[in-house]
Amino acid sequence: MDEKDYGVGPIDIAWCPGCGNYAILNTLKQALAELTIPPQQLVMVSGIGQAAKIPQYFKTHYFNGLHGRALPVATGIKAANPNLLVIAESGDGDMYGEGGNHFIHTIRRNPDITNIIHNNMVYGLTKGQASPTSPIGFKTPLQINGVSLTPFNPVSIAIALDASFVARIFAGDIKESTKIIKKAILHKGYALVDIFQPCITFNKINTYDWFKEHTYYLNKKYDETNRIEAFQKSIEQEQFPLGIFYVNKHKKTFEQTCNIYKQQKKPLYKRQCNMDNIMKLMSTYK
Amino acid sequence: MNDISIVLCGEAGQGIQTVEQLFTKIGIKSGFNIFSTKEYMSRVRGGSNSTQLRISNEPVSAYIHRIDILIPLSTDAMNHLGDRISKNTIIIGEKKNIKNQKTHTVIQIPFSEYAIEIGGLVFANTIAVGLLSALCKIDKNIMTTQVEHFFSKKKKALVQNNIIAIKKGYDIGNDLVKKGKIHTTISVPKKQHDTITLNGTQAIGLGALAGGCNFISSYPMSPSTGVLSFLSRQSNTVDMIVEQAEDEIAAINMVLGAWYAGARAMVTTSGGGYALMAEGVSLAGMIESPLVIHLAQRPGPATGLPTRTEQADLELALYSSHGEFPRIIFAPGNLQDGVYLTQKAFNLADKYQVPVYILTDQYFVDSYYNIPGISLEGISNTPYVAKTKKNYHRYELTKNGISPRGIPGYGNGLVCVDSDEHDEEGRITESGKIRTEMVDKRLKKLKEITMEIIPPTLLGNKQYHTLIIGWGSTYHIIKEAVEKIRNKNISFLHFNQVYPLHKDTISYLKKAEKTIIFENNATAQFSKLIKLHTGYEIEHNILQYNGLPFSVETVEKHIKNLIKEEK
Repeated sequence: MDEKDYGVGPIDIAWCPGCGNYAILNTLKQALAELTIPPQQLVMVSGIGQAAKIPQYFKTHYFNGLHGRALPVATGIKAANPNLLVIAESGDGDMYGEGGNHFIHTIRRNPDITNIIHNNMVYGLTKGQASPTSPIGFKTPLQINGVSLTPFNPVSIAIALDASFVARIFAGDIKESTKIIKKAILHKGYALVDIFQPCITFNKINTYDWFKEHTYYLNKKYDETNRIEAFQKSIEQEQFPLGIFYVNKHKKTFEQTCNIYKQQKKPLYKRQCNMDNIMKLMSTYK
Repeated sequence: MNDISIVLCGEAGQGIQTVEQLFTKIGIKSGFNIFSTKEYMSRVRGGSNSTQLRISNEPVSAYIHRIDILIPLSTDAMNHLGDRISKNTIIIGEKKNIKNQKTHTVIQIPFSEYAIEIGGLVFANTIAVGLLSALCKIDKNIMTTQVEHFFSKKKKALVQNNIIAIKKGYDIGNDLVKKGKIHTTISVPKKQHDTITLNGTQAIGLGALAGGCNFISSYPMSPSTGVLSFLSRQSNTVDMIVEQAEDEIAAINMVLGAWYAGARAMVTTSGGGYALMAEGVSLAGMIESPLVIHLAQRPGPATGLPTRTEQADLELALYSSHGEFPRIIFAPGNLQDGVYLTQKAFNLADKYQVPVYILTDQYFVDSYYNIPGISLEGISNTPYVAKTKKNYHRYELTKNGISPRGIPGYGNGLVCVDSDEHDEEGRITESGKIRTEMVDKRLKKLKEITMEIIPPTLLGNKQYHTLIIGWGSTYHIIKEAVEKIRNKNISFLHFNQVYPLHKDTISYLKKAEKTIIFENNATAQFSKLIKLHTGYEIEHNILQYNGLPFSVETVEKHIKNLIKEEK
């Protein structure tokens, strides 16, 4: 397989020319192709925003839902049919702002899904307002004196909640990013991939060059099972580490904790309701 | 009296519920019919809560104002019940809990003292159940067997003490009857009946199971939580995923994800929680997802009266969520409706790919009574999920607006759903032409839905002068009131589907000289809905919004007054 297997043919793409989203789209398709995931097995779930348009440019099943609500939808899909490969993908505003509560609790719930966030630290679709990850002092047409809120640190939060897989990548490095996304997809449990992504139209600070100058990869000796070290790395601010911060392979997935999958793996649509059992239950109220 | 109304009133945490459950078991096993309902405060300890137990030879299924026997368990009990205590009420209890000893028929029983003699205050309630059993002339053996069953999971010594306690109570009761201090004409029915005793919550839960529900995600909120717990209790034995979501927004979105991937899913919530779900309902409208919503009403706005009852969210259910799309609203009137309509809700939701509401309220979900067994024979669930082919289009334009609903993983097609306006394939579009086609497509489904609306139920003569109208949980209350009035010119029309309205509605109304509607709200929401859809203005709107259900007596009084006016 190659990335063309997920191609939708000639289509009018709504992203700005040069946007980091193109690189992410290609990286993801590349990773999926290398893993030979057929489009019929894959469900892309997204919310609202520029990044959330990604399923439109994908030949696969998709559920493009409400702003901020991709994670609960993805959780419901995976629980109803664990045979599907589910990716919830959106931007920083969608996942960390509008959907912040779901972000926290989905990590706790640990469904076997991959959560990819295009983190460009600015709102694109609504034209340039601050996002939860915008740095302090970042000026926008709305935050005219600069952002005063502490930036949301998704990596730290995920590690604090003992997320089962936490990674950060840079959209400009397709080769490394493909490797890490593949690992995230193969990981059993909730996998966070936060992607540093330049917004060439609304973010003139965090540019391609800026990210190149302000990031480095965690070295090969780094122990991704050490939660305390992972947390320390996650709060580094001058130079932002990239790579897999933390993996906890001992957590049960949400689907594994669902009683119905303990006996048999059949997805819900293949199960028939047994009226005799309900009649039996009813007779216990005699 | 062959229909006794017993009321227990005390603080939260005093074990009134245990009395309710134990006495109901004993009464039912003795062949009696029982109805019980509770009103309670939004607190875990203290305050004043009361439970009514009606025990009768005839079926009973409605709340009445009258109290024949009152057992006050706290000093505030009599104050709390106010004018429900009449000169005919017999008050049985401890001295400290009884006020105005001289103006009432009072029987002092030192329940606590006896209980402590047996081994602790906890046995006081069991003594009371024993006493009530004796007053109802219940067989002593049936009573003790039920006590053994009831406490079977407790320690042996505790079971023994409860048996001692119930016998003690029974002897006291027997003595009162023998000495002529209490006279009840109630007698144990000769025939045993084969009934089941449920409350509204259980009926909805059983209906959901019968409808093939296999996924529920919700956030706890009184009075809707019972359905979530009910299904959770079944989840070790039936195919059922139960998840307590972080909030109602997550709950409804999880449920939509589950339907998308082939589950039959529902949410259970109440006003405030439902308000948070409104955007999700709109999403269901847009992506044409089936959805079942159990909305248990309580008085609002905002937190309102969290543990009390109201019928004020009809308009919320009907008009909530942005944009225009069809929906269906059921309002079960009795336990049978609770089971059958919930089962039906899953099938209609699946068939028409629309949200379907089960609109109940605190009174409905918390009231128990016994009914003949519910048969599920001949009831089945239609599988509506379509196997997809390679060029599958989720929103294919069809004659009736219903597109075959595929799910990912079943067939070779791709299932693309989008909250944006979309074309037949499911991809975003801003074409005005496609937009118009898609709006028409979604609204066309309402026409199809209209073909299978449940007609309202007419009780009484087909020819009538006065027509009483009700919807949802008031069914048994109005029915009993109308039956008590015994006037062949008065009939009762009950709606258990409140939207869309059945086409016969107008002809029922036009036949009447006088129309009276009873609603547990302040703005006559159903009356207005009827006017909107039929042009008919109901003459009298009788509205109650104090957080309590109508009583049979209140309904009776209003009807009688309105008939009198005419004469």
